[in-house]
Amino acid sequence: MVNPLDSLTGTVVLGLVITVVMVLFVNAIGA
Amino acid sequence: MEFGYDFWLFVVRWLHVLSGVMWIGLLWYFNFVQTPTVPTIPEDLRPAIPKHIMPVALFWFRWAAVSTVVWGLILAWMNGYLAPSLAIGLTDNVAKHAMIGIGMWMGLIMAFNVWFIIWPNQQKVIGLVEASAEEKPKAARAAALASRTNTMLSIPMLYAMVSAQNLY
Repeated sequence: MVNPLDSLTGTVVLGLVITVVMVLFVNAIGA
Repeated sequence: MEFGYDFWLFVVRWLHVLSGVMWIGLLWYFNFVQTPTVPTIPEDLRPAIPKHIMPVALFWFRWAAVSTVVWGLILAWMNGYLAPSLAIGLTDNVAKHAMIGIGMWMGLIMAFNVWFIIWPNQQKVIGLVEASAEEKPKAARAAALASRTNTMLSIPMLYAMVSAQNLY
């Protein structure tokens, strides 16, 4: 199986995906 | 200008950002510049990297990580949101505390990676610590994956830090 962290592009894309998930999570929590 | 509480809050934030730029700047140098470039360097020139560049870069890298975390925790304490942020806003349902708290935990995980995975393994790779020929590739792989993990985390971590300051 390919590890996305083996490429820079995969690393940056994963970082951006985590960013989106984080924003959705914070908006769900917060007042 | 008054040298009151707000001024010292600013000084601590400035030291936190200075240290963070040094830390993440070197992290991105390793991942965006050095690692992809090494295979293109002529064989006879390559030893310069582990012998001369890496020891200095890793010194500033690991101590900048400590400095960033220490000033960041002091900053959160001075702002009065250290505890609710470490609880990622779940104790008070404040979005700003959730956002800065997630960024703080990512930063803490990244600093842990620097000191307990990247640094010990890089010491084997660059020859500061004895390692067998079998151990070296394993150490290089562990250090590379932890470094890539930190590069990945740096993107949401910086979004969390900056947006907590500006959007929430």
